[in-house]
Amino acid sequence: MAAASEVLRRSLPEEVGVSNGSSSTSEELHVLAVDDSHVDRKFIEQLLKISSCKVTAVESGTRALQYLGLDGEKNSVGFNDLKVNLIMTDYSMPGMTGYELLRKIKESSAFREIPVVIMSSENILARIDRCLEEGAEEFIVKPVKLSDVKRLKDFIMRGEGEENGKRRILKRKMEDDVFSLSSQLPASDLVSSELESSTPSSTLYISTKRTKLLDRD
Amino acid sequence: MDGVVQLQRQLVDYTASLFHEGFLDEQFNQLQQLQDENNPDFVVEVVSLFFEDSERLLNELAKALEQQSVDFKRIDAHVHQLKGSSSSIGAQRVQKACIAFRNYCDEQNTEGCLKCLQQVKHEYSLMKTKLETLFKLQRRVLAAGGSIPKPI
Repeated sequence: MAAASEVLRRSLPEEVGVSNGSSSTSEELHVLAVDDSHVDRKFIEQLLKISSCKVTAVESGTRALQYLGLDGEKNSVGFNDLKVNLIMTDYSMPGMTGYELLRKIKESSAFREIPVVIMSSENILARIDRCLEEGAEEFIVKPVKLSDVKRLKDFIMRGEGEENGKRRILKRKMEDDVFSLSSQLPASDLVSSELESSTPSSTLYISTKRTKLLDRD
Repeated sequence: MDGVVQLQRQLVDYTASLFHEGFLDEQFNQLQQLQDENNPDFVVEVVSLFFEDSERLLNELAKALEQQSVDFKRIDAHVHQLKGSSSSIGAQRVQKACIAFRNYCDEQNTEGCLKCLQQVKHEYSLMKTKLETLFKLQRRVLAAGGSIPKPI
C-alpha cells in the first residue's frame, strides 16, 4: 500500500498546481486550496501567490486527503514534510463537499489544528452555521478578495501559538442574515475590540468554535 | 510615439465600454490587479479556462435539455458552475443570465430553461468576442512598446 500511495503522490503534480518551485521558508505560508472549478483554482492560486504564499491547488476533497496522507493509505512519507498552514476549500464540490472535507480534517489528530476556510458562491446562513460549528475558521462568500487573504495571513502569523478558544468577529457584507445570526450569540462572547467597520465590499465571518456557537446539544 | 498613445487610448476606451455596458464588473479589475511580471499572462490564462469550462457546460446543458426526461437537478448543477466561473472572472451579463436560468430550473420549466439556455449562449458568445477583442488590443499595445494600464 505504501508503494501505491507513493505513486499517487508522484502523479499528483499533474493534477495539482504547485507553485513557487523554491522550498517554502518558515515564514512563507503553505496553503492547500481545494476547488473543483478550474477557473476558481487558477484564481485562488494567483491570489495566494501574489500574497507570497506557497500554494498547492487540488481539484477535490479526495485529492486533498491524498495530499495530506489522510486517505487511509499507510505511507512512509512523513506528513511533517508538508507543513500546510491553511486549507481553503470550496463548499459545493461533486463527490466530497467542502463540509465533508472539513469534518475529516477535524477528525484527524494530525491535521485538526490546521485552520480550514470554506469558500462558497452562496451566502446561505444555515450552511455558514454548520461549517463554523464543525470548526471552520471562516466562511468566505466568493469571489475571494486580496484583503481576505491578507487577513487570513495575518491571523495565522499572529495565531500560531495562540490558544484555539479565541473568537473573533470580522467584517461582513451587511445583510439581514448577519443581524439574526449575531443576535443569537451571547454578547459576552463577542470580542468587540476586533470589530471592524464594514465597507460595501467587505465580507464578514463569525468565527467560533463548535461547542460555543449556539445552545444546542 | 503617437501610435502607442493612440493604441493605448483605444484600449482604455474599449475596456471602459465593456464596463459601461455591463459586460464586465469589478471582479475583472481584480483579475487585472493580480497580473504581474511573474505571471504576465494570468488574465488571458484564466479567461481561457473560462472559455473551455463554459463551452463544455453549454454543451452539457443542451444535451440535458434534449432528454426525454429532463434532469433539472443536473441542469441546475451545471448552471451553478457556469454562474460561478462567470462571476469569478467578472462576466456580469453571463452571470445574470445564469441566475435567471436557475429560477426556471427551480420551477422545472423546460420551455423556460430552453429559452434561458439560448440567452446564456448569446451572452457568452458576446462576452467571448469582446474579450478576444480586448486581448487583441492589449497585444497591439504591447507590440508597439506600450504597457497595459492597470485599473485603479
